[in-house]
Amino acid sequence: MSTQTDQRSTTPAHRVRTRTLVVAGLLVSLALAAVVSLFASASPDGLEHVAETLGFAETAADSAVAESPLADYGTAGVGNEWLSTAIAGVVGLLVTGLVAFGLMRLLARPSGRD
Amino acid sequence: MHVPDGFLDGPTSLATVGVATVAVAAALRGARRELDDRTAPLAGLVAVFVFAAQMVNFPVGAGTSGHLMGGVLAAVLVGPWTATLALTVVLVVQALAFADGGLTAIGTNVTLIAVVAVWVGYGVFRLVQAVRPQSHRLIPFAAAIGALVSVPAAALVFTGLWAVGGAAPIDLGLLATTMISWHSLIGIGEAVITFLAVSAVLSARPDIVHAARHLTSQPELQVRTAAETSS
Repeated sequence: MSTQTDQRSTTPAHRVRTRTLVVAGLLVSLALAAVVSLFASASPDGLEHVAETLGFAETAADSAVAESPLADYGTAGVGNEWLSTAIAGVVGLLVTGLVAFGLMRLLARPSGRD
Repeated sequence: MHVPDGFLDGPTSLATVGVATVAVAAALRGARRELDDRTAPLAGLVAVFVFAAQMVNFPVGAGTSGHLMGGVLAAVLVGPWTATLALTVVLVVQALAFADGGLTAIGTNVTLIAVVAVWVGYGVFRLVQAVRPQSHRLIPFAAAIGALVSVPAAALVFTGLWAVGGAAPIDLGLLATTMISWHSLIGIGEAVITFLAVSAVLSARPDIVHAARHLTSQPELQVRTAAETSS
């Protein structure tokens, strides 16, 4: 244990490569969106529940994109429930990833010597 | 808590679009100070992770569920300005492609989740972190406390928006207490996920975690042996 404490005091700057960390994080995200999501609770969320309890749920209107092929995290025309959610999830990850990685890279300064 | 179309009237929704626009414009400037090519990939990952985690609603009892908002998770890992941007990306994708959160409510959702949850939660995080600024170990706990507070904070601001432009006459005291109590329960889940995610990244790469950067001495020049780099 004492060696561990010693290590901590001289924190190594790079324990895991950034690429490794990002790939691991993407795999966790993929597992959440394509597998764990099938077991997600289908109960109304906090706001929906409050709206139902206090009686203003019916004031909600359908989104203009309610007929989107991916609406409510299902894929139009895919009968299998798991596949339907998984495809929607993967598409969502790809789109979010493309926009977010692109935007962040665009805004980033060249390497951290500030 | 993705607000659907119809809950808030036009003027209120428009006002939140104004708030969201100002916030995102400021974040585009602020994020430049937080991001460099070492941290940018983590910022992209945070957005992807939050999107994925928001697909997984967890039960909080009495036939009600909640999911991660991710404001404090993002702010602690990549900085609050970058967090505002990352969450805005997630919310826009959700509203446009998945009909999750209304189109006219996009300003409201950005305001509540990408602004209020991020900044109130991050403020609480910083207050807790100030107790022992040099502690690595405190960071995940401080993040969890910030996360716990961030969810009912957004719920409270939603109540305020409802007071201004809600679609139906609801007793505001009742709305506030019901919203805050349910979202405090959801906040516990938020705290647990935030604790785990921050702990994981902090143990892997403390040097790129925004809230821990002052703890990592950055050597001017790093000498690495060939054996080290190839392993």
